[in-house]
Amino acid sequence: MLHFENLTLGYDRHPAVHHLGAQIKDGSLTAVVGPNGAGKSTLLKAITGVLSPMEGRVTFEKISRNDVAYLPQQSEIDRTFPISVVDLVAMGLWREVGAFGRLNRKHKARVKDAIEAVGLTGLENRAIGSLSGGQFQRALFARLLLQDAKLVLLDEPFSAIDSRTTADLLRVIHDWHGEGRTVMAVLHDHDTVRENFPETLMIARELVAHGPTLQVMTRANHAAARALCEIGTEPPQICEVRSA
Amino acid sequence: MIWEAIIEPFLQFGFMRRALLGCIAIAVGATPVGVFLMLRRMSLTGDAMAHAILPGAAVGFLISGLSLGAMTIGGLVAGIVVAIASGMVSRLTTLKEDASLAAFYLISLALGVLIVSTRGSNVDLVHVLFGTVLALDNAALILLCSIASLSVFIVSIIFRPLVLECADPQFLRSVSKLSAVTHFTFLALVVMNLVAGFHALGTLMAVGIMILPAAAGRFWTSSIGGLMVISAATAVLSSVSGLLLSYHYSLPSGPSIILVAGILYGLSVIFGPAGGLVVQNLPRRHYKQ
Repeated sequence: MLHFENLTLGYDRHPAVHHLGAQIKDGSLTAVVGPNGAGKSTLLKAITGVLSPMEGRVTFEKISRNDVAYLPQQSEIDRTFPISVVDLVAMGLWREVGAFGRLNRKHKARVKDAIEAVGLTGLENRAIGSLSGGQFQRALFARLLLQDAKLVLLDEPFSAIDSRTTADLLRVIHDWHGEGRTVMAVLHDHDTVRENFPETLMIARELVAHGPTLQVMTRANHAAARALCEIGTEPPQICEVRSA
Repeated sequence: MIWEAIIEPFLQFGFMRRALLGCIAIAVGATPVGVFLMLRRMSLTGDAMAHAILPGAAVGFLISGLSLGAMTIGGLVAGIVVAIASGMVSRLTTLKEDASLAAFYLISLALGVLIVSTRGSNVDLVHVLFGTVLALDNAALILLCSIASLSVFIVSIIFRPLVLECADPQFLRSVSKLSAVTHFTFLALVVMNLVAGFHALGTLMAVGIMILPAAAGRFWTSSIGGLMVISAATAVLSSVSGLLLSYHYSLPSGPSIILVAGILYGLSVIFGPAGGLVVQNLPRRHYKQ
């Protein structure tokens, strides 16, 4: 599905992720964990193509960038923009409907189903500005549902979300997994990871461990990850970039 | 009485009818663009663009006098160059759009003033600054109506990507390559409408008819379609009232039109049902849940 080869990512010559090599299997449900500043969000951005690698590459197998859906950590959505829940969710059909196409009856039914799946039925015509944080996240998940992507990337989808919403949205993630979609989610809550994600990719500016969650989420690995992200433990060293 | 005050000036004088037609064209063309400028929090961008257009129009004026074509082309070129250059800087570097736009329009303004001053100042330049709505000729009217039609047509074509580009640009970039195209098309629309506006209202007042009705409309509705209708109606109402005020009291017409729009804006701020001052401070019935 997804290969990282010697992947080095960063901003302005400061690498956030160093020489990462890993492989995400088809249909896997992977948690991406690591301390703050470990490069988790950066990695997702590189997969979506928003960020070009400094070195190495991300390669897709059997899918293209068009099959990727991405939920950023802080979406740039203007919450004061006068648009309703149903309009926001329907944006998920963009790839099918495009800039000019009409929403036919089937599309409308799918929008309705997606809204129902995330438990927002009844709020379809509310302006997005009047939703709570949790309701808004549910709406974004409904939009992801409609994107019908083979690879779903979620960047801290449950930060600042209550436990009931988290449980509902986890159910959506499990459904994706059941449908054979590949899901990668950046998460901080270790219990959520252990209980819901079979695979874990632990990074701390470089790969710490990757594999079955219980083997990755060990005390030793966490300590190693923390040590790698300590600031100022070593002077910055020049790392030669070979042009890819 | 009402007939004499409101209808007769238009029946009696051709220049009033022409002014009215010109203003309606601008109102219909510019307000949808103004609505999106406001929703994208780019209201001041409109102002900056208007300043950027001024030197272009002035250069056109210096080259071939008070010629419609030369001034239009000069304004369009200057506006589009500034829009593209500032857009490129903000997309390719870390500088935000507002800062890069401010940089470019200031450069453009300074350049324009420099060019004008080397050729000696000219009284006719006042026409560029404050417009000549009561002296619109046929060619100018055709230009204004064409720009308005084209503008409405383009807005209707790019409506969906434009809404998405305003509401969630990150998402649009992730599903489509239209983001940049939409953005620059929109900026081109802003420039086009400002150029149309300056023939009638002057470069400095043209932004007013774009932004004030949209800002007023925001206090009456929260749907985008409703906003466009209300702001266009507000702009037309301001044009008619402003023209009549300027006719009866011998006031300059451009500022009169914009001031009426300003009064409508003020009334909306106070009495508008969607977040106006009165409504916000009244105890209101609300749902239990």
